[in-house]
Amino acid sequence: MIRVFAFGILLGVAAALTALHFVPMVDQYREESIISVTTNGGNAETFHVKVPTDRIMIGAQGFANSLPAGMEWPDDPRFHEVRAEVFKLRNSRDAIIGVASRFASTDPGLGNVIEWVLHLPARGTVFARIPPQSVDGARRVGELRAGTREFGSLNGRMSERWVAETSASDQTTAGRIELLMTFVGNEIYVPEEELAE
Amino acid sequence: MKSLIVLILGVATGAVLALGFLFFSPFSAQKPLSPISVSEREKVLLRYSAVAENSIIFTNSGESSVHPFPVKVLQLWEPPIRQTDLLVTVLRDGRNQPAGIGVKFSSLSERTRVLEGKALVDSAWYIHMPGQGSMLIEQSENHWSFVRDIVAPAHWSSGDNWRGNWHGTITDGPGALGTGRVYGGSGRFAGLVSEAVETLSAKAYSAVTGPVAMEGQLTIELAVGTDNMDEIERAANALRQ
Repeated sequence: MIRVFAFGILLGVAAALTALHFVPMVDQYREESIISVTTNGGNAETFHVKVPTDRIMIGAQGFANSLPAGMEWPDDPRFHEVRAEVFKLRNSRDAIIGVASRFASTDPGLGNVIEWVLHLPARGTVFARIPPQSVDGARRVGELRAGTREFGSLNGRMSERWVAETSASDQTTAGRIELLMTFVGNEIYVPEEELAE
Repeated sequence: MKSLIVLILGVATGAVLALGFLFFSPFSAQKPLSPISVSEREKVLLRYSAVAENSIIFTNSGESSVHPFPVKVLQLWEPPIRQTDLLVTVLRDGRNQPAGIGVKFSSLSERTRVLEGKALVDSAWYIHMPGQGSMLIEQSENHWSFVRDIVAPAHWSSGDNWRGNWHGTITDGPGALGTGRVYGGSGRFAGLVSEAVETLSAKAYSAVTGPVAMEGQLTIELAVGTDNMDEIERAANALRQ
């Protein structure tokens, strides 16, 4: 009987270690990436947020409609020129795929700037910086400053465009912010034979 | 029948022993010192409270012991973001003055490996410092020591809490020396490519509500780096030669 118990212990140890090795502890849910090839080379991916549905937070000093209710935005004077928003982020099929922050600053020392961070848990994070001037009266175009994981080797641009919801009949602001990311890989290929030399 | 019961008891005992050994393994101890802490380069230190009620907002799926704050904040319940935490907080400098606003996105990592003592979280900090600039910090965090030393004892305690003094580095990559990567955005940080580490100092933790007295600190090295493509290509050419 002791031999059976000892064998059971060994079996239990082996089973636990095998399970921990092969069974993933974390499995992030993935929506299919919807990426198109642009005519001048590179790829493009579109995201959007619905306003106000997807807005998690909006904060700025003196802003009457801060969100969420009960939030206390810092009243320190150095945050006077900052307007911060956080959203849920959707893909072009309207599915939630991540979260995003948008900071707009009119800092006298830094100039006017809009910065987006898109965080897609299964893929990575994108950091984009967009000047506040529109290029065609509707779109603002900026550059990707950095990316992590899947986006770490990409280089390109991001544009934002406000699309008002025409069916909104009340006085509230409604619509969506469209984000178009166009990118190319910036990895440098060094042949293995050159690396070996 | 008797042998089968003994075998099952043996298997259960073996599994518990294996998990216990992994959990308390001395081989998974946290790094005692961050390489940035011994660097002589200029650094920026930013502190924040890791208690949800002290933040501007904190939200998650609503299923964690750490509840979203304020109560009416939208929760991240959709499947792709269900394993993600979002924190917006005031960052304070070394003199405890407000220096910026930080947004931290944290998602459980699929690279988590219990066998290697790695409970990983992929995180990104966006930091906006008025008058100075902005940056993004990419991190892979290992919460194994935090869970083993604080969270588990809090759950095992009859009072469902833990008290003590714990200080640890949670940054575990993606840098080769276990540091996070920093990418400058604007202002004095524009073009910066550098390294950072995040540490936690805990004094009290509740198994029911999460951190009670806990502070985080970001140490950001201001090394002169570049994300300029020309310089990257020059570095690649140097590698070829």
